[in-house]
Amino acid sequence: MDGRGRRQVKRGFIGILERLDRRWIFLAMAIAVAGPIIYIGITGKTLPETATPAARAVFHAIEKLPAGSRVLLSFDFDPASGGELTPMATSLVRQCAARGHKLVFIALWPLGAQMADDAIRRVITADYPALVEGRDYVNLGYQAGNEAVMKVMLTDFVKAFPKTREGMATGAVPVLSGVTRVADFPMLITISAGYPGAKEWVQYVVSSSGGKITMVTGCTGVQTPQLYPYYPGQLAGLLGAIKGAAEYESLVNATLAKGDAPTPPKYLEAQRRMGPQLGAHILMVILIILGNIAFFAQKRERAAGGGAAGAEARP
Amino acid sequence: MKLSRGWIVVSLVVAALIGVRAFTGGGMGRVYVKSEAVSIDVPADAAKGTAATKVEWTAWAQVPPRVYKAAEATNPAQTEVVFSWGRTIGLWIAAFFTLAIFSFLYRDNPAYRFTEAVIVGVSAAYAMVLGFWETVVPKLLGALTPDFVKGWVLPSLSDQGPAQVVAMCFALVLGVLLLMRLSPKGGWISMWPLAFIIGVTAGLKIVSHVESDLIAQSVATFKPLVAFKTDATGAVAAWPTVWASLANILVVAGVLCCLTYFFFSVEHKGLVGKGARVGIWYLMITFGAAFGFTVMGRVALLAARVEFLFDDWLWLIDPAGKRVVETMSMLTAW
Repeated sequence: MDGRGRRQVKRGFIGILERLDRRWIFLAMAIAVAGPIIYIGITGKTLPETATPAARAVFHAIEKLPAGSRVLLSFDFDPASGGELTPMATSLVRQCAARGHKLVFIALWPLGAQMADDAIRRVITADYPALVEGRDYVNLGYQAGNEAVMKVMLTDFVKAFPKTREGMATGAVPVLSGVTRVADFPMLITISAGYPGAKEWVQYVVSSSGGKITMVTGCTGVQTPQLYPYYPGQLAGLLGAIKGAAEYESLVNATLAKGDAPTPPKYLEAQRRMGPQLGAHILMVILIILGNIAFFAQKRERAAGGGAAGAEARP
Repeated sequence: MKLSRGWIVVSLVVAALIGVRAFTGGGMGRVYVKSEAVSIDVPADAAKGTAATKVEWTAWAQVPPRVYKAAEATNPAQTEVVFSWGRTIGLWIAAFFTLAIFSFLYRDNPAYRFTEAVIVGVSAAYAMVLGFWETVVPKLLGALTPDFVKGWVLPSLSDQGPAQVVAMCFALVLGVLLLMRLSPKGGWISMWPLAFIIGVTAGLKIVSHVESDLIAQSVATFKPLVAFKTDATGAVAAWPTVWASLANILVVAGVLCCLTYFFFSVEHKGLVGKGARVGIWYLMITFGAAFGFTVMGRVALLAARVEFLFDDWLWLIDPAGKRVVETMSMLTAW
């Protein structure tokens, strides 16, 4: 403020940065995300992905299982996290189905059962019609109780999930014949968006199973840092956020590619979503640099102003 | 607050683009469904004296617009694949709600507040309905009044043992006591079920945390500072050994330094102070990584919503090959 109480309007680039309305940043972010989506949506081109060890570990853990092994898939997410988790759910179900594993879907989130139905329809019904419901896969639906359900599954799986989603008694389903407890599944796959999710599965099931269950997980970006300490000890593999999904998707696509035939678009969802990530991240890096420039410019200005004031105040 | 000239231009451009899109190409925001005959065989029930019968109905599955176009091209009078008013209205409501939520980024407004209220109301109602049908009916009523529940909604309900009935009676009493919280004078009674819930939860969590976090994570920290890695011939590989050893050293040093930072019984001076300083750096890097992952997650969610608007609503893009014809004709028109 000057001596008459009027605000001094700074000119130049630093002045613009200091006065910038944050809504222009929102608009820039919308363009940074929408631009790549339109480009990739029209051209079909995706960015190349190189799998990191955590994503490769998920892929190899499923490949290493003997064909026909029983796999328990827990869909612990809802449509609010679908943008991040649906692509990895699709790829996980696809790899398991292609390997011929027997799939048992459960959900500890109310809408997880519908998400599992969606994955079954998108992958198994559409591309693996030879697989029969009940014999090769089954959806046991949602069960309320969070950790209590996990604790019950440790000793009595049928008690935790007495019915299938269709209302059939679990004990009568062929794919579950011989299953008495959760340790009868050699592999547990969780797709997790929060509580209850991958962390609780590690704490209540994997740690209590004495190493009998191999667990891999795909989780949201918010959860990933919390789960990294469990890898590679208690977690055999980890897909962190959409990046992990894209890496894993590229591995599965490369393995299941049929000659020169293009990969169906539904199996490229995660890789398509890496385009807007790139745009948004570049914008954020630019904004962080600009923010720092403005910050240091202000700091220098204050130091210069303070120094001058100090010099004037000295006798 | 008035709209600035810049925002007026942005709003007009977006509105104009949507307007142009609505009147060019092969349409937008329509949902088509295909009829599927479904049937189940109901076996005869001697106890009830009913004969075997077949129940049939029609299910409507959503199909991509290209399926409708193909069906219409083959037979214009077909009724198997049809336009769905209900689902189309649902799609437009979803698009409106998405835009209404995004509008908060500009400023608070009635459309945002309406959408927010709808989301909160629907979520609360869904949770209540789910709790009733997934917990109260099958578990509580199913145990206490099995015949009534079987005859009412769950004919396939399996019989519960006496232990389950006793457990559910106990749960019912606790539940009623919990509701005493609403009573002006008897609120203190709700402390008893609350104490039970806290006690059970603490017991469950302490054991699992000790097993999986304290012990397992401590064991995972005991790493060799020199980790030899071998190649295919069995010989020690130099670079993999260096990297693996470095990774182990970083883990061990990070754990020790972070623990030092949180150790307040000794003044953070000298070696302890330097260790704590390194611990702060580790913590800062961890927070940065967590923030980065969070940003990535949020951008993925934003991308999913923008994809929905461009793909399902505006038919601007067609990454999954749902329409092909409409998208291309629209681009040609432009």
